[in-house]
Amino acid sequence: MPGNTPAPAIEVAGLRKSFPTRTKKGDHVVLDGVDLVVPTGTVTALLGPNGAGKTTAVGVLSTLLRADAGTVRVAGHDVHDDPGAVRASIGVTGQITAVDDLLTGTENLRLMADLHHLGRAAGRRRTAELLEQFGLTEAAGKPVATYSGGMKRKLDLAMTLVGAPSVVFLDEPTTGLDPRSRRTLWDEVRSLVAGGTTILLTTQYLEEADRLADHVAVLDGGRIVAEGTPAELKSVHDAGSLDDVFLALTEPPTGDGSADDPATSKENVR
Amino acid sequence: MTTLVTATSTTARPRPVADVLTMLRRSLLRAVRYPGLTVFLVAGPLVMLLLFVYVFGGAFGAGVMPGVAPGAEGRAAYLEYITPTLLVITVVGGATSVATSAAMDAAGGIMARFKTMAIAPGSVLSGQVLGFLVQALAALVLVIGAAFAMGYRPGAGALDWLALLGLFALLGLALNWLCVAMGLNSRSVESASNAPMILLLLPFLGSGFVPVDTMPAAVRWFAEYQPFTPVIETARGLLAGGAGLEGAVAAQAVGWCVVLGVAGYAWARSLYRRERRL
Repeated sequence: MPGNTPAPAIEVAGLRKSFPTRTKKGDHVVLDGVDLVVPTGTVTALLGPNGAGKTTAVGVLSTLLRADAGTVRVAGHDVHDDPGAVRASIGVTGQITAVDDLLTGTENLRLMADLHHLGRAAGRRRTAELLEQFGLTEAAGKPVATYSGGMKRKLDLAMTLVGAPSVVFLDEPTTGLDPRSRRTLWDEVRSLVAGGTTILLTTQYLEEADRLADHVAVLDGGRIVAEGTPAELKSVHDAGSLDDVFLALTEPPTGDGSADDPATSKENVR
Repeated sequence: MTTLVTATSTTARPRPVADVLTMLRRSLLRAVRYPGLTVFLVAGPLVMLLLFVYVFGGAFGAGVMPGVAPGAEGRAAYLEYITPTLLVITVVGGATSVATSAAMDAAGGIMARFKTMAIAPGSVLSGQVLGFLVQALAALVLVIGAAFAMGYRPGAGALDWLALLGLFALLGLALNWLCVAMGLNSRSVESASNAPMILLLLPFLGSGFVPVDTMPAAVRWFAEYQPFTPVIETARGLLAGGAGLEGAVAAQAVGWCVVLGVAGYAWARSLYRRERRL
């Protein structure tokens, strides 16, 4: 990257994405012109109701989905022109836990280390380090199928971090976790950011956004309807909590004539 | 956190061979951890071998081999006749397991994770294809061993065995790619094993269990032109030490494998690249 000032880790302009509907009555628009900038070394939370397009946005930013229009740059690379370079810089923890249930925790992490071409010694070191960091050392030799949901989620995040990515996407990382596991995950996010990593997380827990995020963007009906620091959002909307901001800004999920249609219910389930 | 590695250790240049080997190792490790699919690979053909030889063989043997008396002589003749078929079925069984395994990867989050990593894209499916090929080849050894224990003594020489290994490896690769695509194309893990079932049926509708010329005209026509007939005939010829093996039949067998393999690979590749709605 040319220049001395660090470029933003994520730059999104005019991002549009629709999916074909089964009825063929036109496409279902999920993202309808999203603009977003995430400065390097910060945490941005993408808030929004079910079906708002959070997961789709993360999908495009992490090269899983192709944008219909707009430009998306992650870690200085265009996701369309150079997806390989983007993939080399990012780590993704999706909504579905992405671990191999048949392998042990250690084997899962070593698999990631091998795919990052870390080499045998460095791979083992990194694996041991992450197991320790996430409190999984004791369970390391057991098949992941025997892990609790919280342990699987921790391993999932540990696997994302094996390659020391500079940009990390977390799609609803704490959904279904008990308060203790949630706090462990929050601590990890904070320490990552302290180490210079940029994080974009989606969440429905507004407390999570309030505690973790430097910057909050509210996504609704395929557009960013508000953004700012948690404090800014609360003061602008004269609200006591982000909950109030959220309710004031977003449409009810089963709105009348809103962007939602029956096709979105599929997305909610997934 | 002081232990964090800050420098990015990821190499930008792709290393497809290393990635395929890593994925192959994963596939084999899964087979060791979850031996269910592998046991099914060996148990299926083994049960069929016992059933067809010790129950049907006495009568069938006299039917497929002119001049053979029913009973013990028939059983020995039928063992010789169907062992090549059951070896082919063993390879098919391996392929049906790939479909299930590929569907499991696609349904869980792990395939999406692989897609967001800077790895050789072909390695994700290749690892599965090669992993189950290794398992199928291991299963073949066990099935041949069982046939030997039952008295099977083929006349194949060293070169014939080598050619047979090549034929089964080629068939396995072709069917595994086809079944990976079927697995990715299925809506759920449960239904992933349905589509490949047709492949298990085809040897019955060919020269697998009875000679084609005993069938009614329409069935015979199908049996003569479907891919498994030349493959089974080639395997049979090689195991018999090359006796009665026509070059044209062997060429057809190889041709079918190449066509099915290329088509399966292209289909699997396009399904892997297709956007999956998140």
